[in-house]
Amino acid sequence: MEILNASLVNWSRAQFAMTAAYHWLFVPLTLGLGVMMAIMETNYVRTGDEKWRKTAKFWQTIFGINFAIGVATGIILEFQFGTNWSNYSWFVGDIFGAPLAIEAIVAFFLEATFISIMFFGWNRVSKKAHLTATWLTILGATLSAYWILVANAWMQYPVGMNFNPDTVRNEMTDFWAVALSPVAVNKFFHAVLSGWGLGASFVVGVGSWYLLKKRHVDFALKSIKMGAAFGFISFILLAVTGDGSAYQVAQKQPMKLASMEGLYKGKTGAGMVAFGILNPNKQAYNDSIDPYYFKIELPKLLSLLGYRDINAFVPGINDIVDGGYTLPDGEKALSFDEKKERGQLAIQALANYRKAKQEGRDADAAEYKNTLQENYAYFGYGYLKTGQDSIPHVPLTFYSFHLMVIIGFYFILMFAIVWYFGHKKKMESAKWLQYIALWSIPLAYLAGQLGWIVAEVGRQPWTIQDVLPVQAAVSGLSTGNVITTFILFATLFTLLLVAEVTILVKQIKKGPEI
Amino acid sequence: MDTKLTQPAKKFNWFSLFWEGVTHMSILGKTLWIVVIIKLMVMFGILKPFFFPDFLNSKCQNDKDKAAYVIEQLIDRTNHTP
Repeated sequence: MEILNASLVNWSRAQFAMTAAYHWLFVPLTLGLGVMMAIMETNYVRTGDEKWRKTAKFWQTIFGINFAIGVATGIILEFQFGTNWSNYSWFVGDIFGAPLAIEAIVAFFLEATFISIMFFGWNRVSKKAHLTATWLTILGATLSAYWILVANAWMQYPVGMNFNPDTVRNEMTDFWAVALSPVAVNKFFHAVLSGWGLGASFVVGVGSWYLLKKRHVDFALKSIKMGAAFGFISFILLAVTGDGSAYQVAQKQPMKLASMEGLYKGKTGAGMVAFGILNPNKQAYNDSIDPYYFKIELPKLLSLLGYRDINAFVPGINDIVDGGYTLPDGEKALSFDEKKERGQLAIQALANYRKAKQEGRDADAAEYKNTLQENYAYFGYGYLKTGQDSIPHVPLTFYSFHLMVIIGFYFILMFAIVWYFGHKKKMESAKWLQYIALWSIPLAYLAGQLGWIVAEVGRQPWTIQDVLPVQAAVSGLSTGNVITTFILFATLFTLLLVAEVTILVKQIKKGPEI
Repeated sequence: MDTKLTQPAKKFNWFSLFWEGVTHMSILGKTLWIVVIIKLMVMFGILKPFFFPDFLNSKCQNDKDKAAYVIEQLIDRTNHTP
């Protein structure tokens, strides 16, 4: 039996987090810039204005650089499923495999087919055919994102499956429950819109750089005006889908919501923290230390967001661990200890089932299988020792969430101002705003990363919510192996990032052919 | 009588699209293709075979063995979790 230690688990988690974070540097710009260049090309086809064609071609070149550098970085994540998370892969393979396979097929057939026409076909196919290819390329990329997010959403809210103790796999019983999970649908819109927002900030920022350099002024103003409108709408819709995310998280992952808000003691009519500083001295959920140094709360907002009722009870971390509060369906919430007991029953039933099957005791096996299925919903709790083990890293989740929201509202304001200045033809002379727009580009990237930190750190200790914690999911490799591959990946991705930034900057400095 | 000369429309051809596209690629295009090819070679030629073998395939012969291995892991991890 391999020796499992905290170091192995944490390095494995760190490696996946690092590779996912790098991957998410490339994807949002593909999604956002892709739509924007398609809109610009649509303008060209509608108006026949050559300036729109050259504008679209420039942003398409930028799109191409980002796409080429970023392509296949997601495959690194799949490598890790098979090597570092083998128990997880086997356990969920029947569920996870389907959306990933669809993603690969959609990506291959749509993107790969039409991207070639998009890049090679400017003077070889008609305007409308080329435009169709452009839209189909970005549609392919967006649909790819959908299927990846279906897979991730299932980790947050596992549905549509039945655990088979003979194969030790979760088997899909309802494809549509998985594919159209409300968590998946909301996550898709939220993630894609974050890409649109990032794309818009990139276009506006780069356009502002051209204005600062007093180069390609007409091109820059066109791009900025479009980018500002697109960005403003995207970030408004992000706030709407963010509201949807909060609702889903409250229903399906109440511990994540409590961590996002640093809420230890539940409240009726709970307010949402607009700004706050957590007390780093609070180490355990059940100590008497005040979790906050300071906070500004918007009254009743958390209850409204989470339960669509300003007077709803929002459970805190302590309530979720201690149990006993009333759930939205009227049932009493189980305590951590009760869930742990059921989890241990389920795991023991699995062990007994295996033994009974090996010994040919079919009647006993049927009984154990029944016990397993009755308690399967809490399977993962059987691996945890104390209530503290069921709580994510509160400060990281809290600060990531709040900083992401602050950046989101910042961009709504920034794009509104840029849109206004563009509309009033004042953008060219507003140097201060050009600097703000340019230096806002990294903030859009930061917001995207923070969102994923909330999603994934907030889900800890689970790889599959309530069913499989990280310590049961990880492969029994040597920690040294994982540290080696961590360093290899960090090196590879850093080189790719340096290549991307170098090539992008060079191309931006070269400018459009206008 | 129609005296206007018209060129016959050039039929779309996937091969010529790719061939002309690839042979007339800009320096940037070629650079990006080199980056993509090197990246894929490193990922699939070095990382995957040497650093990311399938863990269960290395331990087990078939699906039945894999199921037995995983179930043993799942049961034993309750006693050996960090």
